[in-house]
Amino acid sequence: MSNDNGVSRRQFMKTSALAAGGLLLACHLPLGRRDAAAATAEAFTPNAFLHIGTDERVTVIVNKSEMGQGVYTSLPMLVAEELCCDWKRVTFRPSPVAPEYNHTQFGPIMVTGGSTSVRSEWSRLSLAGAAAREMLIAAAAQEWRVEPAACRAEKGFVLGPGGRKLSFGTLAPKAASLPVPKEPKLKPGAKTLLGKPLKRLDSPAKIKGTAVFGIDVRAPGMLTALIARPPVFGGTVKGFDAAKAKAVPGVLDVVAVDAGVAVVADGFWPALKGREALAISWDEGDGARVSTDAMREEYARLAATPGAVARKDGDAPAELAKAARRFEAEYEVPYLAHATMEPLNCFVDLQSDSCLIRTGSQFQTGDRNAAARVAGLKPEQVTLETTFLGGGFGRRACPASDFVIEAVQVAKTVGKPVMVIRTREDDMRAGFYRPLWRDRVAACLDGRGYPLAWHHCIVGQSIMIGTPFEAMIRNGIDDTSVEGAADTPYAIPNLQVELHSPRNPVPVLWWRSVGHSHTAFVVESFLDELAHAAGKDPYQYRRALLAKHPRHLKVLETAARKAGWGKPLPKGRGRGIAVHESFGSFIAQVAEVSLSGDGRIRVHRVVCAVDCGRIVNPDTIEAQMESGITFGLSAALHGAITLRNGRVEQGNFDDYPLVRMAEMPTVEVHIVLSGEDPGGIGEPGVPPIAPAVANALFAASGIRVRSLPLTPETVKRAGGRAA
Amino acid sequence: MIVFLVNGKEQRVDVSPDTPLLWVLRDKLGLTGTKYGCGEGLCGACTVHIDGRPERSCITPVGDVQGKKVVTIEGIPENHPVKKSWLAQDVSQCGYCQPGQIMSAVALLASKPSPTDADIDSAMSGNLCRCGTYGRIRRAIHAAGGRRARKGGSRS
Repeated sequence: MSNDNGVSRRQFMKTSALAAGGLLLACHLPLGRRDAAAATAEAFTPNAFLHIGTDERVTVIVNKSEMGQGVYTSLPMLVAEELCCDWKRVTFRPSPVAPEYNHTQFGPIMVTGGSTSVRSEWSRLSLAGAAAREMLIAAAAQEWRVEPAACRAEKGFVLGPGGRKLSFGTLAPKAASLPVPKEPKLKPGAKTLLGKPLKRLDSPAKIKGTAVFGIDVRAPGMLTALIARPPVFGGTVKGFDAAKAKAVPGVLDVVAVDAGVAVVADGFWPALKGREALAISWDEGDGARVSTDAMREEYARLAATPGAVARKDGDAPAELAKAARRFEAEYEVPYLAHATMEPLNCFVDLQSDSCLIRTGSQFQTGDRNAAARVAGLKPEQVTLETTFLGGGFGRRACPASDFVIEAVQVAKTVGKPVMVIRTREDDMRAGFYRPLWRDRVAACLDGRGYPLAWHHCIVGQSIMIGTPFEAMIRNGIDDTSVEGAADTPYAIPNLQVELHSPRNPVPVLWWRSVGHSHTAFVVESFLDELAHAAGKDPYQYRRALLAKHPRHLKVLETAARKAGWGKPLPKGRGRGIAVHESFGSFIAQVAEVSLSGDGRIRVHRVVCAVDCGRIVNPDTIEAQMESGITFGLSAALHGAITLRNGRVEQGNFDDYPLVRMAEMPTVEVHIVLSGEDPGGIGEPGVPPIAPAVANALFAASGIRVRSLPLTPETVKRAGGRAA
Repeated sequence: MIVFLVNGKEQRVDVSPDTPLLWVLRDKLGLTGTKYGCGEGLCGACTVHIDGRPERSCITPVGDVQGKKVVTIEGIPENHPVKKSWLAQDVSQCGYCQPGQIMSAVALLASKPSPTDADIDSAMSGNLCRCGTYGRIRRAIHAAGGRRARKGGSRS
């Protein structure tokens, strides 16, 4: 990022401060815990996270995208706690794209992901609040001609000797003229906001219907475009006839872009009708040969061959070779779409020397730079405004910036503000999925029935290959492919984890909980199989193997106790348990399941225990666990993207179903307060639910299903094998 | 010209009568609180009331609402028990599906002031939520309907 960018940013801050007549805090602050390899000088530039108006309003500028996980509340809470303001006066504003809003751990990029928002900003935002408090106190102390130490801040006022009292708003202009403390001190004593279940600041707008998501952006003269895309990945346009499309009332133009053929109209409906009237011939190329059935066969073959070694303790193959009894199983999970409720969209207003993007982005720096590249502008000439995101789950943090690039390409041809929208079918078929995974696991047990050796081979596409993050792959291992398996906490003396990363044309991407979404299913299911093979209780089996992992143990024990583990259940029901660490948090879940005569699985109840370290807002944590469980249940029970002749076979919620109200189990969340460093909450609720349900299904029916989703068909196939 | 009432106000639109009501609301009338999710009546994000009944505006041709009363999320008063209950239970996460959820809940409570869990299952299962707010939606409906909200949105 250039010097120019820095200048304009400082100008922006100065202008904003003047315009608002208050204190915009820009200060040098130390960063939180950082990835040394990713750190650059860039990250030491000034930060601007807070504005206090003369009207007493405290505006926290939030550099993370709000996609449901509550960052427009949790991050302001971190600032407000140290600022000692009145929470009722706190509001939020999404930050622009600027270096001071870059991620504190991921290098010089503004991005929301990896369940890092709270933990990566905790220190920086606390210090931002503390610095502002010290400046407000200094302003009051000067006013009263007393020592700052004789004053304190409370609920939006500075209180001084003799009952003196001035509000933050009154003090703001004077405070703005004071030097920024170099080493602000965090306040001593008990927290007033952190740990309290405060209501979300973004709820009112979302309930009124006034919250602006990307798809709600409007501008005078704005056009709407839909893109006709090739039926297979890698396909290209051979030719098209736009005559009939252009004859549709409201259709203004038909233009070729890299993604396909765009129909530009004065609204969504004419654009859709125009697209339906378009005649296009496609060159499908090799993409037409892709099929998930063939891929599955290939993956199964690969899983039986040696891969790149991700973990090697002892000598698992040797132990297995001499074992009297081996246990082997193959697991499989399908491609999955993110299926955010808000289909992808992007608004672009392109001028000769500037470009305004308004969209729900999780990866602002990447999207801004991609837009600049396509527009032929400098990055600092592109303004990206982050709207509310109607779900993200990783899809809106796409290194390919696909939905932004196509919109800028359309904008270049139409000369007016334009929004490119995807229909639900476009959204589901245009790519970027959680990879399809095939896992082969073999184990043998020691004399007491515990795993002596565990040999796990993982096969699936790397989400890093072909992206700027490919450099993170070391010795053939993409950590995001093996996380949750290669670092399993279970005490297994001979452990080997291997990886194959086959390439194929299906675009893949991180999907809420990333690698853990498949590894937890495999590890927690297979461990359950071993427990039953050893004739041991699956909960106690885990406890024994996690003796040296107190945080795993505590959530496991909490979930089991709250679920009534071991107590009788109504006939036909079974309980299953799973525990998994991801993104710095520890989660255990117990599911109660029954199987109906037609093979349908009913999940009745889920009990979840979570230790995510020091907490900001317990209600948000509960909500995110409920969220992860529901999201994970849709994958466990329904989700699968399949391809035949290169075509994605699913398109909408009829063939890619999500869990609905009537299917939703009772969910109970129990927070285990460990006081440890904060962990993430957006993703860790997802991984344990599929294995908890599959293990419960086994407990209820004796049927072990090793592939997802757990549909009546898969249950029937597995049951047939078991019988 | 198609004439109908939206949130109590007469609207006249000159569009093809097969245009779904959803796109008239969003693109012609600027009422973006009603959301597009699927275009097939599968997700409920576009739910509005037509003459008091919850309908999927994405599959309702605007020609069909000629002379009818349409109410959208913007037309539900802020002090409506359902909106208040939604705030009290802090239901929203990403929030995208919530206008549709609220419209379905308002219609449910208008016909059944004290719905059972089975009533809620039946009235609300057409509204998808990808974030997983179902438990809170159930609680919020019970609370708005005066029933004791049970922790976790439980069912029997």
